[in-house]
Amino acid sequence: MIKKFASCVGKYKIFAFLTPLLVICEVVLEVRIPYLMSQIIDIGVANKDVGFITKYGLFMVLLAILSLVTGALGAFTSSKAATGFAKGVRQKLFHKIQDFSFANVDKFSTSSLITRLTTDVTNVQHSFMMIIRMMARAPFMLISAVCMAIFINKKLTMVFLVALPILGFLLAIIACVSFPRFGKMLKKFDTLNSIIQENLIGVRVVKAFVREDHESEKFRKAAEDVRNAQVHAEKVIIWNMPIMQFIMYGCMIAIFWFGGNMIVVGEMKTGQLISFISYVSQILMSLMMISMFFINIVISRASIQRITEVFDEIPDISDETATKTAVPSGSITFNNVCFEYIKGKKVLKDVSFDIKSGETVGILGGTGSSKTSLVQLIPRLYDATEGEISVGGINVKDYKISALRQSVAMVLQNNVLFSGTIMENLRWGNPDADENQITEACKNAQAHDFITSFPDGYNTMLGQGGVNLSGGQKQRLCIARALLKKPKIIILDDSTSAVDTATDKKIRNALKKSLQETTTIIIAQRISSVIDADKIIVMDNGKIDQIGTHDELLSSNEIYKEVYESQQKGADENGKA
Amino acid sequence: MARHNMQPVRKPKNIKGTINRILKYMKQYRISVIIVGILVLVSSATSIAGTYFLKPLINNYIIPFIGQENPDLSGLVKGVSTMAVVYTLGALSAYIYNRIMISVSTGTLLNLRKDLFNHLQTLPIKYFDAHTHGELMSRFTNDIDAIREMLSNTITHLISSGVTVIGVFSAMLILNPVLTIIVIVMLVIITQIIKIVGSKSGMFFRRQQKAVGKVNGYIEEMIEGQKVVKVFCHEDKAKSEFDKLNEELQNAAYGAHSFANVLMPIMGNLSYVHYALTAIVGSVLTIYTGFDIGSLASFLQYTRSFSQPITQMSQQFNSILSALAGAERIFEVLDQQPEIDNGYVTLVNARYEDGELKECENRTGIWAWKHPHHDGTVTYKEVKGEVTFDNVVFGYEENNIVLKGISLYAKPGQRIAFVGSTGAGKTTITNLINRFYDVPDGKIRYDGININKIKKSDLRRSLSMVLQDTHLFTGTIMDNIRYGKLDATDEQAKEAAKLANAHSFIEMLKDGYDTIITGDGLNLSQGQRQLLAIARAAVANPPVLILDEATSSIDTRTERLIEKGMNSLMEGRTVFVIAHRLSTVRNSNAIMVLEHGEIIERGDHDELLAQKGKYYQLYTGMFELE
Repeated sequence: MIKKFASCVGKYKIFAFLTPLLVICEVVLEVRIPYLMSQIIDIGVANKDVGFITKYGLFMVLLAILSLVTGALGAFTSSKAATGFAKGVRQKLFHKIQDFSFANVDKFSTSSLITRLTTDVTNVQHSFMMIIRMMARAPFMLISAVCMAIFINKKLTMVFLVALPILGFLLAIIACVSFPRFGKMLKKFDTLNSIIQENLIGVRVVKAFVREDHESEKFRKAAEDVRNAQVHAEKVIIWNMPIMQFIMYGCMIAIFWFGGNMIVVGEMKTGQLISFISYVSQILMSLMMISMFFINIVISRASIQRITEVFDEIPDISDETATKTAVPSGSITFNNVCFEYIKGKKVLKDVSFDIKSGETVGILGGTGSSKTSLVQLIPRLYDATEGEISVGGINVKDYKISALRQSVAMVLQNNVLFSGTIMENLRWGNPDADENQITEACKNAQAHDFITSFPDGYNTMLGQGGVNLSGGQKQRLCIARALLKKPKIIILDDSTSAVDTATDKKIRNALKKSLQETTTIIIAQRISSVIDADKIIVMDNGKIDQIGTHDELLSSNEIYKEVYESQQKGADENGKA
Repeated sequence: MARHNMQPVRKPKNIKGTINRILKYMKQYRISVIIVGILVLVSSATSIAGTYFLKPLINNYIIPFIGQENPDLSGLVKGVSTMAVVYTLGALSAYIYNRIMISVSTGTLLNLRKDLFNHLQTLPIKYFDAHTHGELMSRFTNDIDAIREMLSNTITHLISSGVTVIGVFSAMLILNPVLTIIVIVMLVIITQIIKIVGSKSGMFFRRQQKAVGKVNGYIEEMIEGQKVVKVFCHEDKAKSEFDKLNEELQNAAYGAHSFANVLMPIMGNLSYVHYALTAIVGSVLTIYTGFDIGSLASFLQYTRSFSQPITQMSQQFNSILSALAGAERIFEVLDQQPEIDNGYVTLVNARYEDGELKECENRTGIWAWKHPHHDGTVTYKEVKGEVTFDNVVFGYEENNIVLKGISLYAKPGQRIAFVGSTGAGKTTITNLINRFYDVPDGKIRYDGININKIKKSDLRRSLSMVLQDTHLFTGTIMDNIRYGKLDATDEQAKEAAKLANAHSFIEMLKDGYDTIITGDGLNLSQGQRQLLAIARAAVANPPVLILDEATSSIDTRTERLIEKGMNSLMEGRTVFVIAHRLSTVRNSNAIMVLEHGEIIERGDHDELLAQKGKYYQLYTGMFELE
């Protein structure tokens, strides 16, 4: 795990190494100062030697200034390293997600991926900064200060020998007890947040059923749980401070007592005692810092884990062994294809069919009959669990993914436009498209007219997700975007559901005319959308119920007939009347 | 939520008012807070006193006895034990005030959270239309967090830092006024440095916030559109664009962090410079003016504990500002006007006694409107489900009228359908019936009573809605169905599920009715969720039912399967149906064709077809709805 994160430091490695070095320099310089002071008092003052005092005093100032410089430098290098590290982690995460397959994306929810890229990275950056600064400083300070203490008075150092293990032990206990409690607290927070979120999303349901009190009660329980968990965890952690103070003060008193006795009998000098006290705080503070550090690591442990999960996710679609870079034609063959999202739950069962290049094929079926799953296998958005899918006579797995997807355009059911101009969004289909190509695609998708009706035309800015367009307009733009790819196969997954029938028909006619070579697959709820197709595949519960033309199906397929009747009966009646 | 702890620091507008309101929340902890204040004072004072003890200890109990054969150590014993007592007191009070502060801060936050949530429940739908979920969510996360930070750390830190600075300075002044001059010089230098570094880091932090905003925005957009990115093989472009923004962020973040980090080593080491200067001057003073060693020792220790609290105070300042800004945003929500409800007509259970309607305690299946009058009399009217619209005009925004004079009459038990394209105002009409929005012009009557006179909660209880976006709540399927009627028995809930044709798929699930649905019911298909929503409405058993595209995600075949259930559900109730599938509305008593906020055609199916108008066009497939 450390290895995976270490690689994120990248070119900032030098800063990451320099920081602890600078911090150590700072400590070395700093730790000398109280000792020099003891010399001033014990030698300078005792001998009334102002020259000695000034010399040592100025030396101290020099050390302090050097220590300041190294410390400040350390602050800069650590910032460089930590922000560089964060950049690396963010980049690695983002790139990794770009390499994910649909199945990988499904595994993590969108919002969880966003949290991982934002909050979690911030937490990890914070921890990294702690590691390179504090983890160098604290132990080193501890050791150097103890050394100085030993150097000044070996006997008196015994006080630390007693105090340090006690403090270490107590801090460890606090850490061990509080960690799981903090974990529990964070879980309670998750529950609380999900209650708020659901309430906000479902506010109309809450109000329609007059369930405000019910919701408040639910919230109250969760909020009280949070409070209790918080008190439960924090009341442990606050022992840190008094214990630390207690031990520190205990040490001081012991040092005063033993030190005072030693001075009286002449084993120690006054200045030494004063400097010794400085070392007490340095030593104990560093131990404190180490314990703080572990608490912080625990808090960010969840973040580290969540990021590692993304790092460890293996993109389950790879084209490393694939060699084919061009799709020769738009023919499609499914050969005994089975597919499952979750192991053991087949959503497609033994699907086989042939589509010739240039054909128009409709797919019809009820909710959950796996129409979408079926077509998503064609551009390898998912891999079939069993069986074989060929495009242009070649197994889809033998194509470079970019080559395959470049030739198979798909208009998704839940389609997304991005912030930017309409033109920029259209160019997703083909970055080099010239204006003629773009207007042509838009005319075919019946989008040109409404685009030009905007004051800024093709340069109209779209908000995130295309919020300023109606559903039908969005769908038409998405179709135009897909058309610009000049694909061999185009798949429309219920992509005209918000477009009225007349426009829908115009789009289909335009596609037929301008994309004669292109295989067109249309998933639709409406019979009218597929009525002219060369063949219609009727899906039922993950299986192909029947394949045929409109007339064939109408005379022989029960499901098709039912759907047809449910949609057309009235019209026919009227026709008779 | 994604912008967690990355919100730009916004300056609070009304500091005094906001602080007062926060204090109001802490009022119940008034005594605790006073105790905390005293204990913080004690704890800081003991630490100052502890250092001051060095002076008598060295001067009176150690130095006089140096070299003596049989030193009298009783003084040392006394001194050391006094210190032990003082220190113990300090450590104890530190623990106690921390412990009290936990109760105070978590308790205050609990109340604040509860108030915020409860107040949100009272706000009108309009408010939720105007604010995104993320925005409201961040009141609960970011803003509460900022206040938590302030309550649990800042307050005690500030008091203790303030006390320490003043105490240490006074002690220094007492110990040696000459050496204090160095302190003042240092103080000036420190404040100057804090000012310079502070303004620099402030500038960089603002730059960082901007860069963070850009990167997070990009992340959000690309991750949300991840599938489209893949379909268009746009991965490489996304990567390179992201790298560019990421690089910018790092540059800004580097500046911000550097200046934040640099303060600690500068201050720490400056205090060593101070320490060294004090050592020189102090020693010289000892030689020439008889300044005693003990005082020098205390003074030296004080120099070490002087700059830290100042730095700390300067750092607390930012967290106070962001807490106040957060509190201000929360109070903004709390200050929002709740849904106005002047209704006085209430919904009560009733039964007929000698042909007269009487209020009663138990459910009888008969509901009545209890209508108190000015003269003190109370009349009862049975709830039938008659709804009339009288020239209703409505717009979400003032100068954007959505409904232009709608009039309609639904007799009890009738089925009224609305058809028309998106934006024609179908959903708006239903939202007016249950008073999600109030009508400025025209009247809506329910059983002859102006709905403005009916208590909102009672009005809504008499209606049941099935919306297009079915929102389910985390919990079991049973819980979700019961949402329609909290005290429904298992049998009633199952009955409702059967009616909605949901029973069979629920039974197929491993845990049946006890299956836990998480999030927004993601583990169910859209169609299944709609069936549950129908069951939820069915269990409520109201006289009026509103179905807003309730079956849009259910394919036509399944729709036919549940048609029987739906029919029995609609039996005897007034039903408003919105559907874009005309097969769904065919059997309605009256169909209203809406266009641009007006009813352009009305009548039953056959009449409308005979008119050969818009409905005819729609129906015969010349136009399908958006």
